[in-house]
Amino acid sequence: MNNLRKNRLIDETFRYFGIACTLFGLVMLAIFIGKILLDGAGRIDWDFIMSLPSRKPEKAGILTAWTGTTWILGLTAIIAIPIGVAAGIYLEEYGNKNRLASIVEINIANLAGVPSIIYGLLGLEIFVRTLKLGGSLLAGAFTLALLILPIIIVATREALKAVPGSLREASYGMGATKWQTIWYQVLPASSGGILTGIILSLSRAVGETAPLIVIGALAYVPFIAKSPMDEFTVLPMQIFNWVSRPQHGFIVNAASAIIILLIITFILNGIAIYLRNKWQKKINW
Amino acid sequence: MRKLNERIIEAGLALCGGLTILTTVGIIYVLFSESWGFFSRVFFFDFITDTEWTPLFTQKHYGILPLLSGTFIVTLISIIVALPVGLTIAIFLNEYAPKGFRQNVKPALEILAAVPTVVYGFFALTVVTPFLQVIIPGLGSFNALSAGIVMGIMIIPMVSSLSEDALFAIPKTLKEASYGMGATRFQTAFKVAVPAAASGIIVSVILAIGRAIGETMIVSIAAGQQPILTLDPRDAVETITAYIVQVSLGDVEHGSLEYQTIFAAGITLFLFTFILNNISFWMKKKYQERYE
Repeated sequence: MNNLRKNRLIDETFRYFGIACTLFGLVMLAIFIGKILLDGAGRIDWDFIMSLPSRKPEKAGILTAWTGTTWILGLTAIIAIPIGVAAGIYLEEYGNKNRLASIVEINIANLAGVPSIIYGLLGLEIFVRTLKLGGSLLAGAFTLALLILPIIIVATREALKAVPGSLREASYGMGATKWQTIWYQVLPASSGGILTGIILSLSRAVGETAPLIVIGALAYVPFIAKSPMDEFTVLPMQIFNWVSRPQHGFIVNAASAIIILLIITFILNGIAIYLRNKWQKKINW
Repeated sequence: MRKLNERIIEAGLALCGGLTILTTVGIIYVLFSESWGFFSRVFFFDFITDTEWTPLFTQKHYGILPLLSGTFIVTLISIIVALPVGLTIAIFLNEYAPKGFRQNVKPALEILAAVPTVVYGFFALTVVTPFLQVIIPGLGSFNALSAGIVMGIMIIPMVSSLSEDALFAIPKTLKEASYGMGATRFQTAFKVAVPAAASGIIVSVILAIGRAIGETMIVSIAAGQQPILTLDPRDAVETITAYIVQVSLGDVEHGSLEYQTIFAAGITLFLFTFILNNISFWMKKKYQERYE
């Protein structure tokens, strides 16, 4: 009986320990967002958003940073989405048993584990040096596109996998070709899942700093980028630059910029989660 | 005509799939070709045995060990934080928590994984380090401990989510048998579920280690830039990734030995993550076969 009570006690104790551990992560997140709001919320105003960078913290703004982030986001999306979705379609619909597909599959699993800074080294040699794009928006977008391709491919495959075979068979039965079946039936049916994956991958791209530092994105850019060949900075770069400075004013600026960056990240993630829930509910094959 | 169109489309799609292989080839080619230049000027033996890394000083040494020790200590601290907490969360959500709780907590934890790493760096520098300085007098403003702890918090959801999947995948009958023998949830979790899901849990830890080794921004901001051969968590250290960032921020001439050092550091990093990836891939394959 004594042994039984001891076991029950251990069992209960571990339950509380489990609750504590689960809360630990969430509490850290709360402390952390609270601290950033406390530090940075007061600094955010129209001037902060619409000002160019400056050596004086109270005059500096994030105009070049958020326009750069918008540019990068758009260009990366244009490059990565068609390639990623196409590769996903190929692997799931065409290459079921062939050799290329199985090599590509192992390869993608490996690429997903490659640190982002290594992609920076790749971008530096290929896009910046060999293709002579310099530290431009285009070089940055190509680099980030390669980085998020595995995420889009995996998400596309998952979404296509969820489409039942009966839908395809019905389309074939009507005399449609393979591509017509994919384009008119399978893709629309899986668009919610694909879109979720795309948005999540873009949210990853927005927060990336390391590969852009390596390809030579600048921390101080005193003008707004007007073409994809212009030099640029992005929000995470600007935050990194401000965090590394000793003056307290820049730490405050960094906190304010983080709030903007987090808002963008959370909005993207929120849209993705909303789409995922809606898509899962709507489709009851 | 129709058939031709179909062919062209398939070829186009295959090309996009092939591009991912090209990416891997590109990474390996770039790392090897630039490192080749480096190792033709620096002895490989010196690279792996010299205890100093000072390519940016006048007195140059090219020993990778200080960067490896920096990477190792930060990674170790992060795993010490993330493994117990992450595994406990996984067990708790799987055995103890009511279903509704689990469905709410999992997405909340995923938020931790969605926060950009530069933000974690800010957190380490402005919250965790000052807090640690109160507990440990004399702690510098850059140290391995703070960066490691914050990195651990960042990878908690990775460990917990993957471990939970592994625990969820073991056959229900196994656990029911344990409960039927009168075991408590704790006994069932640790004597039946965890051993049965061990390979999946190990995979989650390996992937987490890979993530920690390659993490850049937290260490660049909070761990410092001193490549010292040390395993003391209170010291400022420099990781492989932080070194690459340090050089990239400066003006380094293309083709110079300094320029090539970041590729030599990069290939070392790539090798470690490549090995870890393949171990986890291999383990995943093996353990999937066991239950299907």
